Amino acid sequence: MTEYLLILVSTILVNNFVLVQFLGLCPFMGVSGKLETSIGMAMATTFVLTLSSLCSYLTYTYILQPFGLEYLQTISFILVIAVVVQFTEMVVHKTSPLLYRVLGIFLPLITTNCAVLGVALQNISKQNGFVESILYGFGAAVGFSFVLILFSAMRERINVADVPTVFKGSAIGMITAGLMALAFMGFTALVQI
Amino acid sequence: MQAAKLQTAQVFSFHGGIHPPENKTQSLQLPLGKPSLPNELILPLGQHIGQSSRPLVKVGDKVLKGETIAINNGFLSSFLHAPTSGTIAAIEERLIAHPSGLSDLCIILAPDGNETWTPLEPLDNWQDISKTDVLAYLSEMGIIGMGGAGFPTQVKLQGAHKNPLTHFIINAAECEPYITADDMLIREKTLELVLGIEILQHLVEADNIVIGIEDNKPTAIAALKAILSERNSQIQIAVVPTKYPSGGEKQLIQLLTGKEVPSGQYPADIGVLCQNVGTCVAVHDAITLGKPLISRFTTLTGDALKAPQNVEVLFGTPVAHLLEYADFEPKKLSRLIMGGPMMGYTLDSAAVPIVKTSNCILAASKKELPAPAPEQACIRCGMCEQACPASLLPQQLLWFSKSQEFEKAEHHNLFDCIECGACSYVCPSSIPLVQYYRHSKSSIREAREANVKSDLAKQRFEARKARQDAEAAEKEAKRLARQKASSNKATDKKKAAPEKAAPTAAAAPATTDESKKLKVDIAIGKSKLKKLQKQLLEAQENEHVEEINNLQLQVTDQEKAIASLEEQLAQMTSAAPDAPATNTAKASPAPVSDELKKAKVDVALIGVKLKKLQKQLVETPDDQELKDKVSAFETDLKAAQDTVSKLSESTQASTNTAAAEPKAAISDELKKLKIDAAIAKAAVKKVEKALKKAEEINAPEIEAIRQQLQEAQQRADELEKTLANPEAAAPKAAPVKAEPETNVDADAAKKRKIDLAIAKAGIKKAEKNIQLLKEQGKDEAEINASEWPSKLKEAQDKLAGLEKEQASEATAPSVATVTSAPIATANIDADAAKKRKIDLAIAKAGIKKAEKNIQLLKDQGKDESEIEASEWPKKLIEAQQKLAALEAEESTSATSVSTPVEKTAANSEAKVEPEMDLATQIKKEKIAVALAKAQINKLNKRLESSPEEADNIKQEIVATEQRLQSAETLLEKLIHSQTNMQENR
Amino acid sequence: MLTVLLAIGILVLLSLIFGAILGYANVRFHVEGDPIVDQIDALLPQTQCGQCGHPGCRPYAEAIANGEAINHCPPGGQATIQALADLLDVEAVPLDGDHGTESAKRVAVIREDECIGCTKCIQACPVDAILGAAKQMHTVIADECTGCDLCVEPCPVDCIDMVEVGVTAKTWSWDKPQGIAATSLNVIATDRQAEVTH
Repeated sequence: MTEYLLILVSTILVNNFVLVQFLGLCPFMGVSGKLETSIGMAMATTFVLTLSSLCSYLTYTYILQPFGLEYLQTISFILVIAVVVQFTEMVVHKTSPLLYRVLGIFLPLITTNCAVLGVALQNISKQNGFVESILYGFGAAVGFSFVLILFSAMRERINVADVPTVFKGSAIGMITAGLMALAFMGFTALVQI
Repeated sequence: MQAAKLQTAQVFSFHGGIHPPENKTQSLQLPLGKPSLPNELILPLGQHIGQSSRPLVKVGDKVLKGETIAINNGFLSSFLHAPTSGTIAAIEERLIAHPSGLSDLCIILAPDGNETWTPLEPLDNWQDISKTDVLAYLSEMGIIGMGGAGFPTQVKLQGAHKNPLTHFIINAAECEPYITADDMLIREKTLELVLGIEILQHLVEADNIVIGIEDNKPTAIAALKAILSERNSQIQIAVVPTKYPSGGEKQLIQLLTGKEVPSGQYPADIGVLCQNVGTCVAVHDAITLGKPLISRFTTLTGDALKAPQNVEVLFGTPVAHLLEYADFEPKKLSRLIMGGPMMGYTLDSAAVPIVKTSNCILAASKKELPAPAPEQACIRCGMCEQACPASLLPQQLLWFSKSQEFEKAEHHNLFDCIECGACSYVCPSSIPLVQYYRHSKSSIREAREANVKSDLAKQRFEARKARQDAEAAEKEAKRLARQKASSNKATDKKKAAPEKAAPTAAAAPATTDESKKLKVDIAIGKSKLKKLQKQLLEAQENEHVEEINNLQLQVTDQEKAIASLEEQLAQMTSAAPDAPATNTAKASPAPVSDELKKAKVDVALIGVKLKKLQKQLVETPDDQELKDKVSAFETDLKAAQDTVSKLSESTQASTNTAAAEPKAAISDELKKLKIDAAIAKAAVKKVEKALKKAEEINAPEIEAIRQQLQEAQQRADELEKTLANPEAAAPKAAPVKAEPETNVDADAAKKRKIDLAIAKAGIKKAEKNIQLLKEQGKDEAEINASEWPSKLKEAQDKLAGLEKEQASEATAPSVATVTSAPIATANIDADAAKKRKIDLAIAKAGIKKAEKNIQLLKDQGKDESEIEASEWPKKLIEAQQKLAALEAEESTSATSVSTPVEKTAANSEAKVEPEMDLATQIKKEKIAVALAKAQINKLNKRLESSPEEADNIKQEIVATEQRLQSAETLLEKLIHSQTNMQENR
Repeated sequence: MLTVLLAIGILVLLSLIFGAILGYANVRFHVEGDPIVDQIDALLPQTQCGQCGHPGCRPYAEAIANGEAINHCPPGGQATIQALADLLDVEAVPLDGDHGTESAKRVAVIREDECIGCTKCIQACPVDAILGAAKQMHTVIADECTGCDLCVEPCPVDCIDMVEVGVTAKTWSWDKPQGIAATSLNVIATDRQAEVTH
């Protein structure tokens, strides 16, 4: 039980995928302009990440491993992720057309979110079990959502503040992201997995 | 004992607030002043919050003091009374006391100085009658909240009945610096105030009555306490510490009850009612004295006044008058403010009047109220948040207001801001926060109003669409039903016609209706076809192969559909006249003439199409398909013309047999002629005027104008003649023969004229647009690419078609009726001649335009080949050809007209006309010859300048020479016939 | 050889399974119409003027949902463009001048003594804001006129004027303060030259 908790703390804070491992920076910078959008993106990514880490684990353990086809892991994971993203897209389109519209290109781009593939591959390299894989994926997603929402809330305020002209726009965003990453370094010694 | 109880009234506190310098003592040095009557009183109709009042008086009316001069206009509106006796001088737009500095409708009252009161009718029995009646009485007395917003008092009191009231609060706090009007009012009218409160308490029945007053008004407090203990009243006094803005309604409620008015709600929702002291006194005056609200206490203060004081002033008194009264020093003035320094607004002019909500005039010197320092960046010190009495986040609101994120500003409760100015006052960066909030608020309000309006528009648009759809569906259903019925009937009819007369007669209108329907369908199909053809053309231009094939298929489909419809129609109409002709001859002419009209339109349309195709053919000579089409169209045209001639024959036949109320027709015709004559006379007059003018300036156009004059006079004469003749002929009335037709023709002619006018307007518009494009510096290619030239062409084609139609129409009946009605013929011929003249003029204008354009191109430095490539030379030639054709037509028609007329009409006047026509004709032909010669000259010149194009140009020269020859022979002929005619005479 | 075939077979199998899942999802989560159109339509000014090149506001809303530019609506002006940009999360662009320019709010007024009662304008009005009958004088219900200009063109006698709606004391609104003046002392030295774009 403690182990599971540690996995969560580790992925959310200590080894945060965005600010420590620098995976999934594209949506982190791209969809953080507005709070509502980023919440939607966070939810979609959480869904995709959890589901895809589960599916990739199943694919690896029950299809690739028995046949000795471990070298096919990357291509089959990409296949799994693509399908999960497509599925998510359909669900979002049906349930929340505005979110679908707002997420726009970023929704299909979850496919290429390196965090998703990264989680799947790390699950294999860390030899996580079934539950651990799911928790690892979920934790990574929560960590991603956490920093995304924090960051977008900050950017929203920065957008209306009088930032010096040369720093306006993405520049101040990058600086803020850097400062956030520095702050997250403070969690380093918290847990070690 | 009482006093001790009063002291213990509990006082809470509210968040924030500031302590600006009070500056209240200046205006309390002098006793209450009573300024004299000004020369005029300006009474704005919108002194309150809702809709403007409606004036009851007219300019020049005499009114007495206290008389109602404007009545309420809706729920939130109010009454207005004459502040003194006098005359209504005007009801007009005047500058009003408003931050915008705009004008609004005001009643201007010129006082007579007598101050004669209208009979006063106090409401003595207010305790006995129903409360609703008392409220209505208050409304009629024009009483509104005197605190600032101008909310009608009776509405506020009605709202207070929503919940049982725990507190009735009288606002005497007057927290804003400088203002002492309420202080003075309490001192001067203490008893009236208490009586007014008691009346209001009777109306609202609150548990507690509390007067909230700031501790910087000791004199007023003492006076109140004395009266209250004397009357042993249950009214409490709550002395609140001096802090701005404790006089704000919600702040005072929080101070006295400890309860906060929730966001978006009113005090009444938490069982509290708040009234200003001025309102209480006004209520007392209205009910016990019967005096409407016509004056108020106002503070006149500021360093620019030598004698700052409080005055009781009549509404409508101009501010300038009051300033004068208080020894105004204009040199010292830097800003004139209505209201206090915190919430007031700058007045641009001292001409604005005092209204019901004006509590202070502040004439501030520069030292007193320096210009605001320039805004600097926010340093996020948070002092505004500390000062905000509404517990908002001013800094956050500022960001949202600045970045126009109004939705978020609303989420941060922007509308709870009372605009007290405390945040701006404390801001170390001197940011005008309140101005930002005001701007945001008004933007949001505007957006909301726009939303309401757009919702309404959408609703109406959708309702309209639904209605149209329903109508179309209904029509379609009816059409189907009728088609079914008529086809049944048609078969029945054939069998039953000999025996039964009645059903056939009934069937006739049905078939005409049916044919109408079919026609509509055909028209729709044709417009579709046109659209498709246009698309096809575009596709051809852009060389989209697939599209072309596709479109061509569609075009042929559409054509087939139209053909089938037309067949149906033909069957229908042929069936229609057959059936009724046997028993009811009257019904038949109408459909036939309709049919005739349609057929003619068809001819014109086919002609236009043919022309278009021929043009296309010229552009792409190898296109076999096009050639086929052209030939098909030509056969079509022939067929259509055949039907026209057939139909016109049948029309004639039917009209000959039908005796259709000839007299009425004649009188109609007569009327029309009279109108024409009048118009012609007017034209003559106009031309004469023009001639005079031209003579004055010795203009070269004199000749032309003279000619015009002659023509106009001639026409007028002619019309009068015809007018005289039918009048004579009317009683005799060879009725059976020609008149119905002339009537029909006249109607048709009228319609065609309107069509022509519209077509011309279309051309004008297109030309204007092209001109515009040219002015915008777009080159020819761009212009050609735009839709306008094609539109122009279309319109011109249409015009040409119409004119041709008209001409043919005019000639066809004239031939038919020549023997029977010479006068009508003459008339119609005159019309035709006129038409032709118009055609000529248009053709000439076209030539002129083309030449001008070519000139323009030359001016633009384009070389010959480019010009050649542009459309203009071609157009020029086309136009010239058209002109020549028209002129030829005219000459033949003129001769053809002249012969029958000469033969039949013995009167000499009739002869003048053709002769005149001939003369003008000759002149025109001469012009044509001259033009052709000029053209040849031009071409020769070009030949010299560009030898590489020699072949082309030579060909053109040859063509032009041929034209010249034909024109010359025509001219000779004309001259010959003229001499002949003269000899004959 | 066998391993290669096996690898291919496994991949094909995976693809088939996933294809089946997606096919099912496509049926199960099928979307009827495009609800976003309603939201776009709600932001448009509903003048039904057709200046965008579409016959009414809803068709334009549909076109926007299908990717047309959001800056083709002159009556809505920059405010509408901003609102659309916020809704669709695209960049707000300036108004496309080809479709007309943003002008002050106007209403149609018929010069009534010149009206010939042809009813052409009544047929053209998209919101039924013109009142009249054949051969009778027509008039515009000003409150319901959207200022779309559509009645001006069909009038054969050009008796319709588009009159700007003036600001009255009731409709007046406060101006936005000028903000931090470019010339005033600013905190950041580099901002002095550049315009502050708030």
